[in-house]
Amino acid sequence: MNEATTVLVEGASKQFGRGPNAILALDDVSLSIEGGSFFTLLGPSGCGKTTLLRLLAGFETPTRGRILLGQDDVTALPPNRRPINTVFQSYALFPHLSVARNVGFGLKMLGRPAGQIAERVARMLSLVRMESFADRLVAQLSGGQQQRVALARALAPEPRVLLLDEPLSALDLKLRKEMQVELKRLQRETGITFVFVTHDQEEALTMSDRIAVMSAGRVQQIGSPRDIYARPANRFVAGFIGESNFLPADIQGKIARLGNAEVRLDRDEPQGRVILAIRPEEVRLGDAITARVVETIYLGNALQVMAELPDGSPIVLRLPAAQAVPLPGTRIGLDLPGPAIQVLEAD
Amino acid sequence: MTDPQTKATLNSWALAAPALALLVMASIGPLLIVLVYSFMTPGDYSGVERPFTTQAWQQVFLSRDIFDDTLSWADAHLTIFWRSVKLSVLTTAITFLLGLPTAWFIATRPPQRRAMWLFLITIPFWTNLLIRTIAINEIIRSEGLLNQVLGWFGAGPVNLLYTDTAVLIGMAYVYLPMMVLPMYAAIDRFDTRLLEAAYDLFASRWQVLRHVVLPVIRPGIVAGSILVFVPSLGAYVTPRVLGGGKNMMIGNFIELQFGQGQNWPLGAALAVLLLIAVALALAVYVRALAGAERNG
Repeated sequence: MNEATTVLVEGASKQFGRGPNAILALDDVSLSIEGGSFFTLLGPSGCGKTTLLRLLAGFETPTRGRILLGQDDVTALPPNRRPINTVFQSYALFPHLSVARNVGFGLKMLGRPAGQIAERVARMLSLVRMESFADRLVAQLSGGQQQRVALARALAPEPRVLLLDEPLSALDLKLRKEMQVELKRLQRETGITFVFVTHDQEEALTMSDRIAVMSAGRVQQIGSPRDIYARPANRFVAGFIGESNFLPADIQGKIARLGNAEVRLDRDEPQGRVILAIRPEEVRLGDAITARVVETIYLGNALQVMAELPDGSPIVLRLPAAQAVPLPGTRIGLDLPGPAIQVLEAD
Repeated sequence: MTDPQTKATLNSWALAAPALALLVMASIGPLLIVLVYSFMTPGDYSGVERPFTTQAWQQVFLSRDIFDDTLSWADAHLTIFWRSVKLSVLTTAITFLLGLPTAWFIATRPPQRRAMWLFLITIPFWTNLLIRTIAINEIIRSEGLLNQVLGWFGAGPVNLLYTDTAVLIGMAYVYLPMMVLPMYAAIDRFDTRLLEAAYDLFASRWQVLRHVVLPVIRPGIVAGSILVFVPSLGAYVTPRVLGGGKNMMIGNFIELQFGQGQNWPLGAALAVLLLIAVALALAVYVRALAGAERNG
């Protein structure tokens, strides 16, 4: 559709307020978003992801740093002069206009001829499968339909980058799943760079080419969903994406010591006090370390066992449901496979 | 025995009866009396007499020469009509231009501050209209405050009093709150996220105002315009105090017929005409706005 545009954020900081009450919403963030990719800003509320999105849209200007679109520095451009459009969390559809006029709004403001607008609006409405609703008012649409109109409206002016601010958060679970697939399809078909903001890690993992995990105004890790899940860079990422066990340990050579037990890592890692992170589904039954069962929960497709290691640290494991149920109070032997262990710095 | 359906209908009529009675007595009844008077003959000193005639309605538009009985257009009446319409339209426009930023300012204050601003807007209502209008007279008269201040800067003096401009200033002052309050209510409900959405979709500030803000707060604009235009057209005190004897508006002219002029039928005909003019103006105005919206 149009040539893919790389988005560069260089050392962007954003401070709200002054003096002792100042809040640093964004702290020296740098990232590169490859043209034509589906890029997600993931993090809990207050992590700065929405601020970063607003900087990209132009609603805020960075206190420091630059934003580049391809070769162009757009840091100082107002929103109406950036080839970037936004799908808002609240949709923010114009209540006084029909669906078709909402979708055509951007092109009309650009002064395109009416014929061209009509043609483009029809294309966009068919892209989001809302052709039959062109003459409806926004108030007559369901949440999912409004969502599609908001998408069509933002895509109609052929932006070089599309920003999506938690667009699925107002939808129910089933609709959200459908829209995830739909968004991914739209991104592929249009080839436009999507920058998607969410606090939902599952949403981020399913849809993204790359994810930037953010916390406290900083980027914690950037990588593919697989990288982020399997190789979390720090404790925050490991805890925020999926579930993880965090076990204090001591590394000597290629062996990690947890109290009296030893786990073979078979690779070089920083020596001394560390935290081992391991996903519940990676913990196996074995004989490397004994644990006391605290609670067993039947999940249908799996069995979740909460246990305690000899040093008192809690560990959660997920076993196949066919397994015999270990009773609370009994002791079981566990194995922590070296390749599944992520070594993180101790706090 | 009556069936339940009929009984329910009767009951609902019985319940509506007091309201209907009030409507007939307070609204429709007086209008009918005025309409009937407009088709009667003036009494010797005041009041009306039979026979029924359309003479008053002819007088509205045509005047009879006192010497040779020839008929000609009643230029004086038309001038008064035209001045009334012109001043009312201008008053509505001025109060809109001043009222929109005012209402926007109040609606965008923190909630606890808004009550204070609205309170300030209503303070002029605490004083009688006549007193306030005389106060304006004091300010704009030849030796008044305005000309004193202009004099300090070596400008002026300007002779505003007893001109259309004076009437316009007075009416804009008196009716401004009527425009601000309904527009405030509309802007208060306005979702400011729409501003960002429009701005994001390449609208300039002017386009945001024209294509998003004004259409969305339209109900408030319509309500405010009606609340200003209708009483302006029938204004009596302000043109009397600030316009003097010769810059009459239709309200003053009607009063004249019932008072010194001793021509009640003509006054009644003018009143009916005013009512029709207001109804037509409102119909045209509302339809024009609806049309403007359809064309985006």
